Amino acid sequence: MNFKVDVLVIGAGGAGLTAALNAKESGADVLVITKEYPTRSQTCMAQGGINAALGNAGEDSVDSHIANTLKSAHGEANEVAVKFMCSEAPSAVAWLDSIGVCFSRTEDSKIAQRTLGGASAARACYAQDYTGLKILHTIYDRCMAEGIEILNEKYLLELLSDEKSRVCGAKVLNIRSGEIETYLASSVILASGGYSRIYDKNSTNSTASTGDGIAVAARAGAKLIDMEFIQFHPTALKNSSILISESARGEGGYLLNSKGERFTNELAPRDEVSRAINEEINKGEDIFLDIRHLGEEFINESLPQERKLAKLYENIDPVFELIPIRPVAHYTMGGIEVDHHSKTSLEGLYACGECANHRVHGANRLGGNSLLEIVVFGKEAGINAAKYANEQTRTVPQTPDIDLISELKEYTNELCFYEEREKIGDMFYKDVGIVRTKEQLNSALSEIQNIKTNLHKYGVTDKNREYNSNLIEFIEFRNILDICEQVVKSALKREVSCGAHYMVGK
Amino acid sequence: MKIIIKKSDELVEYEVPLVGATLLEVLGYIKTKLDNTLAFSSGCRSSVCGSCSMRVNEREVLACSYKVQDGDSVTPLNNVEVLRDLVVDMDSSYAFNAKAKAYLTSSTTVSLDHEDEKINEIQSDCILCGSCYSACPVYAVKPDFLGPFALTRVWKYVSDKREEGVEEKINHIQTSGVWDCTLCNECTLVCPQNISSKADIEKLRMKSTQYGFMDPSFASFSGGFGSFDGSPSF
Repeated sequence: MNFKVDVLVIGAGGAGLTAALNAKESGADVLVITKEYPTRSQTCMAQGGINAALGNAGEDSVDSHIANTLKSAHGEANEVAVKFMCSEAPSAVAWLDSIGVCFSRTEDSKIAQRTLGGASAARACYAQDYTGLKILHTIYDRCMAEGIEILNEKYLLELLSDEKSRVCGAKVLNIRSGEIETYLASSVILASGGYSRIYDKNSTNSTASTGDGIAVAARAGAKLIDMEFIQFHPTALKNSSILISESARGEGGYLLNSKGERFTNELAPRDEVSRAINEEINKGEDIFLDIRHLGEEFINESLPQERKLAKLYENIDPVFELIPIRPVAHYTMGGIEVDHHSKTSLEGLYACGECANHRVHGANRLGGNSLLEIVVFGKEAGINAAKYANEQTRTVPQTPDIDLISELKEYTNELCFYEEREKIGDMFYKDVGIVRTKEQLNSALSEIQNIKTNLHKYGVTDKNREYNSNLIEFIEFRNILDICEQVVKSALKREVSCGAHYMVGK
Repeated sequence: MKIIIKKSDELVEYEVPLVGATLLEVLGYIKTKLDNTLAFSSGCRSSVCGSCSMRVNEREVLACSYKVQDGDSVTPLNNVEVLRDLVVDMDSSYAFNAKAKAYLTSSTTVSLDHEDEKINEIQSDCILCGSCYSACPVYAVKPDFLGPFALTRVWKYVSDKREEGVEEKINHIQTSGVWDCTLCNECTLVCPQNISSKADIEKLRMKSTQYGFMDPSFASFSGGFGSFDGSPSF
């Protein structure tokens, strides 16, 4: 099956859908494909808020937003990109408001804002603690209003290029039929999400965050940067790794050890808080989040989801009990390198959202800046990809046809990749985690390379064509291995600690 | 612990050594350790993405928020094409959002206060899991019925002060829309987000009467009266 459009968007989260809307508004014919459904992406899990210096809850300025973002980035952000993002923030929130996002409001009819870690002011606009969910669904509704075509359950296998090495489409597995489909386009936008699931169950993320787009882009020759910068969120539920939003601390929650003592500034940037918790855990302490003093009424009003999640997944009611927590992988700052036009190192390929690295988060992202990034740079990617598409004549893909699926189905399956996936996750949490040593990184690298060499010994049990999730998960596993290797290699190159990449020893 | 899962056309029994686990954890255990070929959908694990809706003992649940009991029987959602095992094709129910024009038609710059926020806060919690379509007896027999989550979404925008095109929205949901519902409340009972589409449909009916529409079933009785259980008396 062949499809032809001006702009092909891969990924239907907040970034992909915003890109699609803007590409369409710029006059391009747009198609969105996703391996799931729109509204099921990682964006829906963002709880805390979206940053914009509106000053609705006390004094704030765009300059402070820029300064806070740069400080948290530990010198690894691009100042021009950060300035652009923070300056665009108020109009990004105004746009969301205009399309119907149900933001929480203040008594004087303004969008409510709260303080998240590393921010000098109450800057995060929120919709209770369902901010990402409500933003994503409203953007999706907008796409319906604009008649954007979205095709579900299409899984990216590889990018296609023409004779001049311009990206001109994608080869995709139709999950339902098991058939390979080709989508041709004058430009392609990757908005396929991050790679926190390389840590398997030690991550807050959706099981879908396997870095597919990044792995595929890298195979096509796109440049990746700062892959070692992985954010560990301080407060995930201890047993299930489910996120308890930073807003719980923003609203006044404490972190306590087993002795009931506070041991850190709860509102320091996430990398610092995670390290402080990690240190306590290494001393043998159990760590808890305490929001009891906020009171039932306040918790029900401002943190309803947190209460529900703690009850369901940890069997405790945070109104009366301490919440057991630990830091787990939450957000990946690294990704596909893009310029100020969201263009990757490959002609015709654009990227936005967590798979892209616009260098606005540097070595540590601030809470509330990721929802902002997907709206601000989703727009840029959409506009620029449409502009590029408009200037091109349609081209023919030159990428040789390799039957990946048949090849993978032939693998011997003597080793279980599910078991390996879990082991890698635990190994990465320990060795490529919150605190790293050169020795640990080297051992992780040789472990990963060893598994990659033996990939043919893994494989699938399920040989069916239709809806073969065993096969999809194996291809995800293959992507995870590629990403893991990039992360460790990138980490080994950076010998000095920086933000979320924290090295000890020689 | 024993669990029975509908796989293709047969019921397959699995023995799982987990206690107090969510259904999603149990399915993950089966998939990775007992039967690689089992197909189901999942995503966030924390009940916000809507991927893992299915039925347990003939009741709609999110697998990630349901704690498994010994002997539970798991089947895919109803009223929808099963793609494989517990995976269904959500395209048709998703499509009702566009069909029902569940979006802001044209917006005005009007400032909302805390009370305005509360009007449709719960409706905007919807995660499109599709449990309501599975439970809806009207949708079961009338596949063009716009259905619960799409109508809840319409109410979300109709009740939003920013919406300028309320009348157009109301006009649009008269056919295969608000009057087709029997107000049986099944959708409310199965909603993991505690949304009542039935209540939203009632509010849309009230709004419809304000714009001069009326229940077509009353019209067709030519002024006759129905009995209290809703069946027409002759």
